[in-house]
Amino acid sequence: MTTILSDLGTFTLAAGTGPGLWLGAAAAEEATGWSPRPEGLCRGAVCVPVPGGRETEFVAGGKVNLAAFWDHMGHPSAHSTDGDIWVLGESAGARADSLRSLEAPDFTLPDLTGLEHSLSDHRGKKVLLATWASW
Amino acid sequence: MWQTLYEELKERNFIVIAVAMDSRADAARPWIEQAAPSYPALIDRDHRVSELYNMVNVPQAVWIDEAGRIVRPAENAGAFEAFRSLNFETMTVPEDKAATAQKAKTTYVAAVRDWVLTGSASAHAFDADQARAHTQAPSAEIAQAHCHFRLGQYLLRQDRAAEGHEQLAEASRLHPASWNIWRQAAEVNDMGLAAGPEFWARVNALSDDYYYPPVDMAGMPD
Repeated sequence: MTTILSDLGTFTLAAGTGPGLWLGAAAAEEATGWSPRPEGLCRGAVCVPVPGGRETEFVAGGKVNLAAFWDHMGHPSAHSTDGDIWVLGESAGARADSLRSLEAPDFTLPDLTGLEHSLSDHRGKKVLLATWASW
Repeated sequence: MWQTLYEELKERNFIVIAVAMDSRADAARPWIEQAAPSYPALIDRDHRVSELYNMVNVPQAVWIDEAGRIVRPAENAGAFEAFRSLNFETMTVPEDKAATAQKAKTTYVAAVRDWVLTGSASAHAFDADQARAHTQAPSAEIAQAHCHFRLGQYLLRQDRAAEGHEQLAEASRLHPASWNIWRQAAEVNDMGLAAGPEFWARVNALSDDYYYPPVDMAGMPD
């Protein structure tokens, strides 16, 4: 099994072996929101076509190589030495667009009791989002 | 830190959300229990809020209005670097530096209060153009650094310490301006502080640069 950490959360899914991150359509969609269609890798109405002549790097045997697509889309990723853990990040450009839209990025985090809170729970109030650390 | 302000203003449609950049909840726990905040005190072990808002140090804060719009992007929340004038013999800071630190803090808190009470009419509330102009966008290296940081933290939780620390080191190499990444990965002393010789060497290497950059706010000392 392979663990994938994305903006959507942490997922443990069956992946293909070998270089890259090969997932079936349902697993890819679960972990990232992106899934393969005939026109490419798609999320909602947005599709990224497979670059011409490189089909086998991206799609094979009913699986999609998310690592190759992620790189092709300009998103950062990192993986463990064994390839059993992958982080699929958002590009700097996407983060910058999000911040410049001035729509505060939502997040969900636990308190000390494990109860989860989201920023969006407090829509309708002014929020001072303040960080600190023990260190 | 924000409890007094929150208690004063909580009936004015205002909330504080405190987020600890702490990979171990147990490190943050005694601080939270002592402060006993009545607002949410959250634990961000992977520093996701730093990633989303492009933060590099604590305390940094963001003002978000009732519609979920950023009014002031991530910035130093009233800290002043008096600690850089610490006398290691007496373990005190000079009076004038301590006074400036106090002024920075009270100025920031007064600005938050003014915004809560007067909204967009507050002189401290940025309009959309100002808020965008003050937004610091992440670089590709910073985005990549956060992937390594998140992977490193996950590996540490899996007891894969050597590999985890390699990932954290790579994160810090790619994003050297982030004190959050560096200090989270650094060794802590018996007070739980990443404030050993390596920390001071990094601080001293700042030379004339700021550890807590002053914010663009009327009345704020620099």
